[in-house]
Amino acid sequence: MKRTLFTAALALAAFGAQAQTSLLNVSYDVARDFYKDYNPLFAAAWKAKTGETLELKQSHAGSTKQVRAVADGLEADVVTMNQATDIQFLADKGLVAGDWAKKFPNNASPYTSTMVFIVRKGNPKQIRNWPDLAKSGISVILPHPKNTGNGRYSYLAAWGWAQRQPGATEASAKGYVAALLRNAPLFASGGRDATTTFMQRRLGDVLLTFESEAELIAKEFGRGEFEVVYPSESILAEFPVALVDKTVDKRNTRKQAQAYLEYLWSPAGQENAAQNYLRPRDPVVLKKYAAQFPVIKTFTVDEVFGGWTKAATTHFKDGGSFDQLYVNK
Amino acid sequence: MSGRIANTESRGVRWLLCGIAFIFLFLFLVLPLAAVFSEALAKGWGAYLEALKEPDTLKAAQLTILIAMAVLPLNIAFGVATAWAIAKFDFRGKSLLTTLIDLPFAVSPVVAGLLFILIFGAQGWFGPWLAARDIKIIFAVPGMVIATLFITVPYIARELIPLMQAQGREEEEAAVSLGASGFQMFWRVTLPNIKWGLLYGVILANARAMGEFGAVSVVSGHIRGETNTLPLHVEILYNEYNAIGAFAAASILALLALVTLVAKTFVEWRMRRETEVLLAALPPERNAGGATPRINGNQT
Repeated sequence: MKRTLFTAALALAAFGAQAQTSLLNVSYDVARDFYKDYNPLFAAAWKAKTGETLELKQSHAGSTKQVRAVADGLEADVVTMNQATDIQFLADKGLVAGDWAKKFPNNASPYTSTMVFIVRKGNPKQIRNWPDLAKSGISVILPHPKNTGNGRYSYLAAWGWAQRQPGATEASAKGYVAALLRNAPLFASGGRDATTTFMQRRLGDVLLTFESEAELIAKEFGRGEFEVVYPSESILAEFPVALVDKTVDKRNTRKQAQAYLEYLWSPAGQENAAQNYLRPRDPVVLKKYAAQFPVIKTFTVDEVFGGWTKAATTHFKDGGSFDQLYVNK
Repeated sequence: MSGRIANTESRGVRWLLCGIAFIFLFLFLVLPLAAVFSEALAKGWGAYLEALKEPDTLKAAQLTILIAMAVLPLNIAFGVATAWAIAKFDFRGKSLLTTLIDLPFAVSPVVAGLLFILIFGAQGWFGPWLAARDIKIIFAVPGMVIATLFITVPYIARELIPLMQAQGREEEEAAVSLGASGFQMFWRVTLPNIKWGLLYGVILANARAMGEFGAVSVVSGHIRGETNTLPLHVEILYNEYNAIGAFAAASILALLALVTLVAKTFVEWRMRRETEVLLAALPPERNAGGATPRINGNQT
C-alpha cells in the first residue's frame, strides 16, 4: 500500500516535470486578459532575439491569496500584482528583493489606472463628483474595503479626495467617508462581485471601480446600459511587478524573467496596456490613446497616506478607521 | 406482501406531500440543471463547441480525469482493506478506526486543503526537506491528488462496512475450513459478494473526486492549463464574464453527474436483484420474519 502510494507520487512528480524553459507569472484576478495578450507578444520578441522558445504560464486569483500561495511554495518566477502591500509581503518573507520597487522604472509599476464612477444611463441621480456619493438617498456599491484591493482603493480614493479639500481636517475626511459608507447597502466580496451586483442585480445608483473595469463592463453588458463619470480628482492605482529571486535563482530563469518584466515598458507592452484600458506610462503611447483616457488629476497612496503599509495600519487593520466608521454606521 | 403497511392518510394529504416533494425537486434539482445547459447553449451549438475546444478547458478536463484515475485505485485498496478489517475481525482500536474513517466527512474541505499546506507547504513541516530535494507536492498535481484522496476516502469503506457486516463471516470461515488460502478466500468468496457494493462506492467516490472544489482550490495554485481542474476552471471562467465557457465546462460536469446517476441506478438494481435471488435460494427457516426482500410492491 505504502509502496503504491510512493510509486504513484513519483510518477506524478515526473509527470509535472518538463524540459522546455518556462516562466510562471502569478498574478491578481482580473489581469488575465492583459497577460493573455502580453505573453504571446513577449514570447515572439524573446524568440526573435535569442532563438529560445519560452512557455509562459499564468495563475490568477485574489491577490492576497496568490502571494500567500507563493510564500507557501507556489514557484512563481514573477509576481504581477495590483498593490504594493502584496509584493511587500513577499519581500518581508525574503522571496523578493527588499528594494523591489527600485528595480524597474515608475515604482516598478508598468501601467496605472484610477477609480471612477459607473452610473446608470443618463445619470438619473446627477452624480458628478465625490460629494454626491455622500448625499442622502444615493446608494453606492463598492467591494469590501477591508479585504479586497478594489475596495481599499475605493476607500482611500474617497478619503484622499476629502482630505485634499481646502480647509479639510482629519475629522472632516472621516465625516465624509462615514456618510459615504452609510450609503452602501452592502459590501461586495470582490471587484467582479461588485460589478455583478450593480449591473446584473441592478442594485445601487453608482458603482466605484477601476477605469479599466468599465471597459470590461461595456464588453459584457453593452455600452447602452451605463455611463462613466470621472470625478474631479481620484487615486492613482499602481500595479507593481517583481522578480521572485528565490525561484529564478533556483530554476535558473533570472535572465528570462527579467526580460519578461522589462518588456512591459517596451512600446509593444505599453500599447497592450492601453488596449486593455490600463493607462500606459509611456507618454507617446498615452498620447496615441488620449481619447480613451480623459485627463484626470490623481494623487498617489504615497503622497496622501505615506505608503501602503501606513495606510493599511491606519485604515484597514482591526480597529482602524474603517472598523470605527463601520461600527458607528 | 407481509411487510406492506397500509396507508392511513387521506388521499388529499398524500397528493399534497407528493406535490411538495416534486415541486422541491423541480425547483432545486431539475431547474438548475436545465439552466446549466440553457446558459451553455445560449449562443448556439457553435459557440458551445468552441468553448469546449478551448485548450485550457480541455486541459482542465484531462486533469480532472487524471486525478480521479489516480485516486480511485488507492481508494479501492484502502476502502476494501478497512471495511474488511472492521467487518470481519475484532481488534483493539476498531471503534477508533471506524471514527477516523469519517473524519473527512466532518472536516471542511478548505480546512483539509490548508492542513496539507501546513504539512507540505514551503513553510510547513516537510516543506524545507521537500524543497531541498526539488519534490513538488503542493501547487502541483501530487498535492491535488492527495487532497482529493483525503476527501473521498470514506465513500468506499462506508458503503462496504454495513454490507460486509450483514454478510457475516460464515462463508469465509467455510472457505478457510475447506483449505482455501487467504487470497483464495478473498478472491473467490468475499469479492464476489461485495462487488456491486464496491462498484457503488466507486461511483460515489468518483463523482466526489471529479466535483471536488474546496480542498483542491487551496492546493492548486491555479496555473492555467496545468493545475486547474474543471470545477476550478468553471469558477474562473465565470468570474471573467465568460458565461458560455463557464457553463460549457459546467455542462461537462453535469453530464458526468448524469452518467453517474444512471450507473448508480443500474448498480442499485443489480444489488437488489442479487439479494432477492440469494434470499429465494435460502431454506425457509432462514427466510422468515424480517428477512422479506426489499421489494416495492405498492402500486397505488
